[in-house]
Amino acid sequence: MKILVCMKQVPQKDAPLKLNDAGTWIREDVSYEVNEPDAYALEEALRQREKHKGEVVVITSGPARAQQVLREALAKGADRAIHLEDDKFVGLDAFNTAKAFAAAIKDEQFDLIFTGLQSDDYGYAQTGVILAELLGWPHATIIMQIEKNDTGIRVKRELEAGYFQFVDMPLPAVLTIQSGINKLRYATLIGIKQAKNKPLRKVALAEVQSAIAENLQKIEKLYVPQKTKKTEHIDGPPAEIAKKLVDKLRNELRVL
Amino acid sequence: MADTILVVVEQREGKLNRVSWETITAGQAIAAATGWTLEAAVVGAAAVVGEVAAKKVAKVYAIESTKLEPYTPDAFAAVLKQFLTAKQSKLVLMPHTYQVRDFVPKLATAMRRTVISDCIGFKHEGGKLVFTRQMFQGKLAADVSFAGEGPWFATFQSGAFRGDKAEAGTAAAPVETVNAEIADGVIRNQPQEVFKEAKQAVDLTQAEIIVAVGRGIKEQKNIEIAKVLAEALGGDLAASRPICDNGWLPMDRQIGSSGQTVAPKLYLALGISGAIQHIVGMKGSRTIIAVNKDSEAPIFEIADYAVVGNLFDIVPPLTEEVKKAKS
Repeated sequence: MKILVCMKQVPQKDAPLKLNDAGTWIREDVSYEVNEPDAYALEEALRQREKHKGEVVVITSGPARAQQVLREALAKGADRAIHLEDDKFVGLDAFNTAKAFAAAIKDEQFDLIFTGLQSDDYGYAQTGVILAELLGWPHATIIMQIEKNDTGIRVKRELEAGYFQFVDMPLPAVLTIQSGINKLRYATLIGIKQAKNKPLRKVALAEVQSAIAENLQKIEKLYVPQKTKKTEHIDGPPAEIAKKLVDKLRNELRVL
Repeated sequence: MADTILVVVEQREGKLNRVSWETITAGQAIAAATGWTLEAAVVGAAAVVGEVAAKKVAKVYAIESTKLEPYTPDAFAAVLKQFLTAKQSKLVLMPHTYQVRDFVPKLATAMRRTVISDCIGFKHEGGKLVFTRQMFQGKLAADVSFAGEGPWFATFQSGAFRGDKAEAGTAAAPVETVNAEIADGVIRNQPQEVFKEAKQAVDLTQAEIIVAVGRGIKEQKNIEIAKVLAEALGGDLAASRPICDNGWLPMDRQIGSSGQTVAPKLYLALGISGAIQHIVGMKGSRTIIAVNKDSEAPIFEIADYAVVGNLFDIVPPLTEEVKKAKS
């Protein structure tokens, strides 16, 4: 099976974010990491390759810093990488990002494309499904298990409130992968060394420019959300905090 | 002709998903602000049409086809594309459920349109309609507008509007049945029966006190300190998704969009940052106490009491104080 994994670099979970002067995006000077569900998508692709042979290709878009995500994926075992490299990719909406990816892989023939189910920055939860529609492929979202069979694949979709559903579908297909589908591996020293020699194709904005258009949605303003709730801060040394909290629990909440 | 807003309600097995009422409330609010006409559509399951028509909406469309059950994204996108192409709705609203997430980006793409997903509100200022959504896991918010022609698609986060505030109409709204055509070969996925993994051992929805742990607990063995606190309080232990993904607690202890939705008297969040997927499962709690070392953690946005500090310093003395108070 030939599998493409779409990955994204996002600000680290606990990184303090600062707004840019225009109030339309964050300042770039934060620490980044791989979007967590995408790490699970990569792991699943590697496991499928171990079972069925084939190739795992990773793709991302973003400035030079985003290459780190691809290097880590290659170190974990991906065979090659594609980097749509330009600062401008960061500001694309999901529709344009998917169109840029579709243009970059037009000469490839994948059996499966995986994405994480959503990103920790925008949180659209759309790029994978849009990509499927652009390619004319079926898709399934929030996947917790993938089994290859004679006619295609059987996937386990997570539904809400603890429900699941198996879905049979033909290949090629796009799947959005849920965190927790597998256990993540670490890169080995040999893997890190080998990654340096694995192919990494850079795609300039100009190469996919004709595929993308003006964004269909626009961030007018990015801001720190206004609190709707009054929050009381409990401060002091731990023993004092404990006493104060118990006082609240007993006298205000009346749960003790 | 005035612009129209279409709310597409969600039903499962002939029962309306309660978040549908929230979307109707959202639609009524946007209609009031813009002067646009509000309509609703039910895809499949004609049984729920009457309930929807009782609300203050101008019209209800019952979109029917034998191929809409069981749900597939191919069928839903196909019938709604046909319908919307004919009706020319300006704005299409849906709840941000797993099912909607599964088909609405496909539907919008098929129409070369876009979805502003997981919105928590809207603003209508100077004739411009913008939708508010959370970004960066709730640390920031964005006002987002549509560029280009309708239909504009937007989905609302569970709990963004009050379902019980959906206004009833003075008389039942007229219902129009629309028979949709789905050609052979359009539906490619073959869904099997919906099932539950194992019998849910723990029903947290009835719990009055919940002590929940997140990534801040760091290691499986540390969960013990939260467990002891939960026992002292007479409450139940729960967790955010990463804890269950790691197998540190069973999946039936998970709170959030993929787990249980709870509304206890007290929700004590230990080392939980407050990702959107977790918050939607517990923001209805009467009182939320959050302990987190990151003062900017989104959980503090919805906390009644905030303790910025290391949970390993705070939980043991808290447990002792609770025990003392109870004895």
